[in-house]
Amino acid sequence: MDLLEYQGKQLFRKHGVPVPDGAHADSVRGAVDAAEELGFPVVIKAQVQIGGRGKAGGIKVANDPEEAKRHAEAILGMDIRGFTVHELYVEKASSIDEEYYAAIVFDRSAKKPMVMLSRMGGMDVEEVAERDPEAMRMLHVDPLIGFQHFHGRRLAFEAGIAPDLIRPVGTMLGKLYDVFEEEDATLVEVNPLLVTSEREVVALDAKVTIDGNALYRHPDLAELRDVSAEDPQERMAKERGLTYVKLDGNVGILGNGAGLVMSTLDVVAQAGGRPANFLDAGGGSKAEAITSAVEVILSDEKVSAVLFNIFGGITRCDEVAKGLIEAFRQVEPEVPFVVRLDGTNDEEGRRLLAEAELPNVHTEATMLGAAERVVELAG
Amino acid sequence: MAVLVDRDTRLCVAGITGREGTFHTLRNRDYGTNVVSGVTPGKGGQDVDGIPVFDTFHTAVAETGANTAMIFVPPRFAADSILEAEDAGIELIVAITEGIPAHDELRVYNHLRRGGSRLVGPNCPGILSPGKANVGIIPAQFFKEGNVGLVSRSGTLTYQIGNELAQRGFGNSSIVGIGGDPVPGSSFIDIIALFEADPETELIVMCGEIGGSAEEEAAEYIAEKVSGPVLAYIAGFTAPPGKTMGHAGAIVSGSKGTAAAKAEALEARGVRVGRNPTQVADVAVEILGARV
Repeated sequence: MDLLEYQGKQLFRKHGVPVPDGAHADSVRGAVDAAEELGFPVVIKAQVQIGGRGKAGGIKVANDPEEAKRHAEAILGMDIRGFTVHELYVEKASSIDEEYYAAIVFDRSAKKPMVMLSRMGGMDVEEVAERDPEAMRMLHVDPLIGFQHFHGRRLAFEAGIAPDLIRPVGTMLGKLYDVFEEEDATLVEVNPLLVTSEREVVALDAKVTIDGNALYRHPDLAELRDVSAEDPQERMAKERGLTYVKLDGNVGILGNGAGLVMSTLDVVAQAGGRPANFLDAGGGSKAEAITSAVEVILSDEKVSAVLFNIFGGITRCDEVAKGLIEAFRQVEPEVPFVVRLDGTNDEEGRRLLAEAELPNVHTEATMLGAAERVVELAG
Repeated sequence: MAVLVDRDTRLCVAGITGREGTFHTLRNRDYGTNVVSGVTPGKGGQDVDGIPVFDTFHTAVAETGANTAMIFVPPRFAADSILEAEDAGIELIVAITEGIPAHDELRVYNHLRRGGSRLVGPNCPGILSPGKANVGIIPAQFFKEGNVGLVSRSGTLTYQIGNELAQRGFGNSSIVGIGGDPVPGSSFIDIIALFEADPETELIVMCGEIGGSAEEEAAEYIAEKVSGPVLAYIAGFTAPPGKTMGHAGAIVSGSKGTAAAKAEALEARGVRVGRNPTQVADVAVEILGARV
């Protein structure tokens, strides 16, 4: 779960990470009020879960109420790389001496947290890191020991941080590590990590990702879920406890098990089709779950045919067939379905489907055969 | 021969008294696995269809000589249960539980790497050594003894590919599900090393998916250390970046972790990559010769 900047900064404040004063707003009026409260100049910032906001015109400095109003009007509702801006963060402008970069990431390869620091922060940090890898310093932290002072000193010295800032930058990294560990984050990124003209170190941005599996430990964060950012079909699926990812094709896909569904998408693409979604119905065969899944898939108007791919292991294909027949009676879909049942009790499952004589339902025994058939039917 | 589980396995199940735990424990026992005990705190002294239940792993190990643990407890208690099994001296811990917080997995992984226990999973279907032992939820009826070692990040996809291989007459030394989480206790490399050392395994099939760099690392390892043939399949060629595809670990981040990059890394090091499950079986026939 990706937090918006202002949500990330709430966590930063909680853990003592210095951030500029600021206030959240979801209207032009609210933004102007917040700006007047904070005192000019302020920065009006679009709150969307994607980088490159500055370049897209989503971050603007305002020197008076009139300018604040104009910028807030322009930014609210703006589209930034596919994300519509519904919220703003109004922040007191900072004086900028230097821009650093700091991050703590979950290094899956080393299976340890990795702390990163660079003096070359700001825009285009990825390109800087690519051009001059030495400019981006990184080290792993043993999660059983946690972040130590020496980690901070070592990174700061290696990154070439000015002598007067070695200690404050190290302290800052330690506090960011606290956020990472105590909030169950899988990413904490600050770009830029600002050095003000008073030589104070401040987090000017906050990009925080929280592990969805750990939300039970953070009820306050679970409430922050930004549903406005989600696609309506994805939201509907989530409410029904299904794992659904919307894609942009016209072949609806439903299967059991994440790996098999991913493989099904690939096989449909190899057959010349374009998958409309990823949907893992899990191990269940209950009519209720299948009905829910079919409804979610068909709520996408682009879907012109659906492939239902089941390999029955513990789940029995005859049970799946019964669930499917019941679901069809409830939903009465208008587009053709190709059903591939293989595995435990597959013959019995196919027999039940054939006997039910569902309109527009085609059964197939193999994954490849089913993919070709559904692509043909989808047109 | 087989890897990890066989006739010497003495299994103790954490969460044996839960609905899923009971169901799969009894299935494993019916298959022939030597299930010696279970652990559910507060239910010590009870039994599940004759299998004694203990309050702690330590008493279960002392009383029944368990050497393998299967973890079936809910995600918020799973890390604790794995650590308890390790503390009690269990050699192999197979964690089926899905949804364990990533930071818990990180701490468990780094702790276990210092001790003597091996962890397979979490969020995995377990390990099946056909004809010998089944520890987990793999449907054993599709598989027979043979010389193909199968290692996979995904459950149902394993069954699909295993079944395609079975239809061509191939059996398995062992089938190992390493799980779909970002921090698996055992990696492809760990399991491939076991298959390489197993004289019965003539072909290793690895079934990967998008996310992370475990397949790329395995490619390097195979090129340097593995003498026998390895065949791979990667799921997720059509997955868009930034979206988690069902498994917590299956996410393409930026330009990293794509299926195309993984397939390329494997092929560059001489590992053949099947483009779909059926083609994997086709290539297996090319490598080992037709069986049916």
